[in-house]
Amino acid sequence: MKRIYINEEYCIGCRLCEIYCQVKHSKSNKILKAFKKELPDIISRVLVEEIGCNSFAIQCRHCSDAPCVEACISGAMTKNPNTGVVICDEKKCVGCWSCIMVCPYGVIKRDLSANKAASKCDLCFGEEIPVCVKNCPNEALKFN
Amino acid sequence: MTSKLKQSEFEILRDENKCISCEVCVRTCSNDVHEFDSDDSAVLSESLSCVGCHRCETLCPTGAIKVKKRDPEFKENFNWSADHIKNIYRQSESGGVLLTGMGSDKPHTVYWDHLLLNAAQVTNPSIDPLREPMEIKTFIGGKPDSIKIEKSNGSYKLKTKIPPHLELETPILFSAMSYGSISYNACKSLAAAASEFKTYYNTGEGGLHQKLYEYASNTIVQVASGRFGVDKEYLSKAAAVEIKIGQGAKPGIGGHLPGEKVTCDISSTRMIPEGTDAISPAPHHDIYSIEDLAQLIYALKEATDYAKPVGVKVSAVHNIAPIASGIVRAGADFIAIDGFRGGTGAAPQVIRDNVGIPIELALASVDTRLREEGIRHKSSLIVGGSIRSSSDVVKAIALGADAVYIATAALVAMGCHLCQKCYTGKCNWGIATQDPYLTKRLNPEIGTRRLKSLLYAWSLEIKEMLGGAGINAVESLRGNREHLRGVNLSNRELAILGIKHAGEAW
Repeated sequence: MKRIYINEEYCIGCRLCEIYCQVKHSKSNKILKAFKKELPDIISRVLVEEIGCNSFAIQCRHCSDAPCVEACISGAMTKNPNTGVVICDEKKCVGCWSCIMVCPYGVIKRDLSANKAASKCDLCFGEEIPVCVKNCPNEALKFN
Repeated sequence: MTSKLKQSEFEILRDENKCISCEVCVRTCSNDVHEFDSDDSAVLSESLSCVGCHRCETLCPTGAIKVKKRDPEFKENFNWSADHIKNIYRQSESGGVLLTGMGSDKPHTVYWDHLLLNAAQVTNPSIDPLREPMEIKTFIGGKPDSIKIEKSNGSYKLKTKIPPHLELETPILFSAMSYGSISYNACKSLAAAASEFKTYYNTGEGGLHQKLYEYASNTIVQVASGRFGVDKEYLSKAAAVEIKIGQGAKPGIGGHLPGEKVTCDISSTRMIPEGTDAISPAPHHDIYSIEDLAQLIYALKEATDYAKPVGVKVSAVHNIAPIASGIVRAGADFIAIDGFRGGTGAAPQVIRDNVGIPIELALASVDTRLREEGIRHKSSLIVGGSIRSSSDVVKAIALGADAVYIATAALVAMGCHLCQKCYTGKCNWGIATQDPYLTKRLNPEIGTRRLKSLLYAWSLEIKEMLGGAGINAVESLRGNREHLRGVNLSNRELAILGIKHAGEAW
């Protein structure tokens, strides 16, 4: 399974990964429309952590023994046995936030818009390279 | 009153229809030009401190920002240009020397742009470099007066001892930029690119970081007036040694790295106490003549077992031809000449813009002089000082250079936008800075890749130009001024360059 690797030495904290993640998970898929019309309902699934001059972008690690899948009470959180990708079916999610409690990386967020569901990285389903990786200006994220 | 005299050099034009207040510009500007105003929920820009590096414009995901040069609000005056007026305002306030970075931006004649190359037609065939072999490999170092070959047991053997040489895959080297003036990541990019492309980079006068020892076989180490970081190990981790006498941007001027930039890493690399000013004296205090220079050259040759070329870097000044002749006679294996448009991390503006001569004229006069004296083969000639494209490289070689040094072009390949604020240490592109928040902006993996691509592209273009001229080796072009013609040049300029005017045939 291809994963996103973090090269924190070169994360410049610009947060373009977050911006493009939001666009990718917007309805319009267009940056201007997404930010002008759809905010605050679009949530970035990648988070830039920053202390002083150190920063890195982190998103779901798609753990092999994903605790969020174990903890999910509604069966919304599943791990694809073939691809290894952990995905939350937002229609099934009941918003109990158990996954958030157990996630060791803190990369699941509450989506309190219409869905009220757990929001997490889906490795940009359908894209060859996740948008956060593709748009990082300093190659601080790698997909391989 | 005085503070009001400062004017913004740039205007930040923000298209509100496109700005999504993502604050990428806020986070990326080291000059605090942009700020998010939570009351207005909008990003506001204060153009007064903008240096025109275009970092925000480049990173803005929606193209909402445009950094534009602001027309100065002075009454038009041909004699008193806005620059003159602004400089007087700045100096009458500070009472100090005006500092600047990079090469001169003044409209002095760029002779490269007045030189045109030849191409083969009918009487000699041009060569397609994609189909036929094309040799641009270059050797830097002295050549013997003659060679003796001995035949023994049916095979030939070279009897003459050839002086040490550098072998370059392309006639381009990365010029001296010290660790201190540029970041470690920038140094590493240059070192790795030189090593992967099989050419050389130059450490500059700031010593050699231990982590870069692995690139020793592609390193030229510099011995400058401050002698920073020079010891036996430094000389052993190099393929060649260069004595720096002068720099094109500031001939006759020393250097000064302020104490606050002498961080732990830089202090150990330069071998000076942390936080102390690193001062390079204007002259080498042990070199007051060609004879003194010869002593240092041979001291360094002795220290490196005569196994490495030792060269001398000088800036192009009025008497460059006799100086170069002296340097060859002092025993240098190569001479590096830096023209007055060459770059710098920091130099007094008045020096940068007014001292020295163009590299094209210096190169032509040095090559001519050394040939006349019959000593051209004893040293290789490397020229630098604003080589901007592959055609500049070809023209330099046709004028007599063995190879060229590039530095500004290399920085531009790594992202530099020539804002000329290197001396502030706030380089937004992570190149001319030691601030850990900024240095990480240059990922050496990307830097290396881009530098290699540049060398590759220029090498291809050099081959195309050689092929077009009907020659298949860079050796056939070297000093072959028949391949050049001048346009818009006076007879005197043509004579110094040793070329004919366009339209003049053999």
